[in-house]
Amino acid sequence: MVLQQLSNGLTLGMVYALIAVGYSLVFGILRLVNFSHGSVYAFGAHMAMLFVSMQFGIIPAFILSIVLTGILGIAIDKMALAPLRAKKSKGIAALITTIGISYIIQNVLMITFGSQTKFFPKLFDFGSIYIGGVAFNTTQICISGVSLMLLLILSCVIRYTKVGLAMRAVEQNQKAANLMGIDVNFVVTFTFFLGGASAAIAGTLISGYYQIVYPNMGFVAGLKAFSAAVLGGIGVLYGSIFGGLVVGISESFAAAYLGGSYRDAVAFLILIIVLLIKPTGLFGKKGITKV
Amino acid sequence: MLSIRNINTHYGNIHALKGISLEVKQGEIVTLIGSNGAGKSTTLGSITGLLKATSGEVWFKGQNITNASPSEIVKMGISLSPEGREVFPALTVEENLQLGAFTRKDKKGIKESYERVYELFPRLFERKKQTAGTLSGGEQQMLAIGRALMSSPQLLLLDEPSLGLAPNLVLMIFELIQSINKQGTTVLLVEQNANMALSIANRGYVLETGKVTLSDDAKALSNNESVRKAYLGHI
Repeated sequence: MVLQQLSNGLTLGMVYALIAVGYSLVFGILRLVNFSHGSVYAFGAHMAMLFVSMQFGIIPAFILSIVLTGILGIAIDKMALAPLRAKKSKGIAALITTIGISYIIQNVLMITFGSQTKFFPKLFDFGSIYIGGVAFNTTQICISGVSLMLLLILSCVIRYTKVGLAMRAVEQNQKAANLMGIDVNFVVTFTFFLGGASAAIAGTLISGYYQIVYPNMGFVAGLKAFSAAVLGGIGVLYGSIFGGLVVGISESFAAAYLGGSYRDAVAFLILIIVLLIKPTGLFGKKGITKV
Repeated sequence: MLSIRNINTHYGNIHALKGISLEVKQGEIVTLIGSNGAGKSTTLGSITGLLKATSGEVWFKGQNITNASPSEIVKMGISLSPEGREVFPALTVEENLQLGAFTRKDKKGIKESYERVYELFPRLFERKKQTAGTLSGGEQQMLAIGRALMSSPQLLLLDEPSLGLAPNLVLMIFELIQSINKQGTTVLLVEQNANMALSIANRGYVLETGKVTLSDDAKALSNNESVRKAYLGHI
């Protein structure tokens, strides 16, 4: 029972981590909490569903959804946020804009796909495997594995590539990065693409897990991932991953031992406690100005 | 090599540069001296594209580079070691230097630049795996200059390299500026420490509230009565 819940929690947590990373990346570069991220995640899930229903096969549908959602991320920045930056408007304006974008995306999804809950085919279902008498669900193993692999790839991109170095430079000192000849706008665009792509992956994985898709599926998932990012220290990549796991595991244990009605509350309870003790989050850096 | 013609720059409503013209020739060390708020850093900002000039022109090696983007300016061969160092504190010394060569693609040339910087600043080589935030002020200044050299510039702009450093370190930094210059890099040096700056420069410009009030050979400037009174601490 405990092992089963741990396995459920790890699976959820890995996916939350993928979403949380999107919040963290954008926050690191722009010092902006992108509240449209949850809807971007829902958009990714719907795109995957659309292409699956068009008989593209699951892998091509996955890839198309990643690319399209990444492009949506870029479009959000170029159309709504970049003009605000160019006018040097206050951070709060951009923050509220992202909330507005979130509703626009949700409503476009509702108009296009209908507001009802729709079926999504199960991903990676190869039955269960038994190790030492404990049943492991292959769906869960595959979801965790795919998420972990993508998080690793993402960390390597940021740690070892030239564009990753540019991202870290922009994060620390935009003016100096500019002086080095780094195209800051390109770095921002790339960051939004990465955020959108990872949200699409998370959306597709979760839809394949619960086998349902609906337009405002991103609301609670987005809030929980945001808590995960803040919990780990927003702007710190491994913090978001850790935060995602904490939120996922606490959620599944709460569902099992406290009852289903508490499952969503526990994540936020933990967040409040952590913020009371350490306002920058578990791995957070000091001196970040928050909007 | 560099020629600034009647440039005006504004910060919002503040008219910071009021028609500045100056000239830097190949191989020279030219210094801009003046008190706080005279427009020295603004002049450098307007050259590097960080600030947009409202009128006037900047020419470099026969090309009009007025209001080009910072990355274009770096590629053309001008780089700036900014006031207050502005190193990337959470990145290692090596990564900071790597960022200095961001616009370059020639692997061999970049390697030579690393060697040149490490030769000039052996301290940076010793600390190349350390994050820049853990360096002392003097080391961070070396890193800022080294980083600017990594783009292999023909013209190096230095903004207050002696700021906040102990006297022996100031001396060392100025000696290094001279050796960088002898290796063939032209230097435009902004300094509040006018004594030191004039002692190593060929020529100098005096800036006051956004205007060039005097320009002459460095020797002549250091003997100029009003310069001595205002900037060199002689009564």
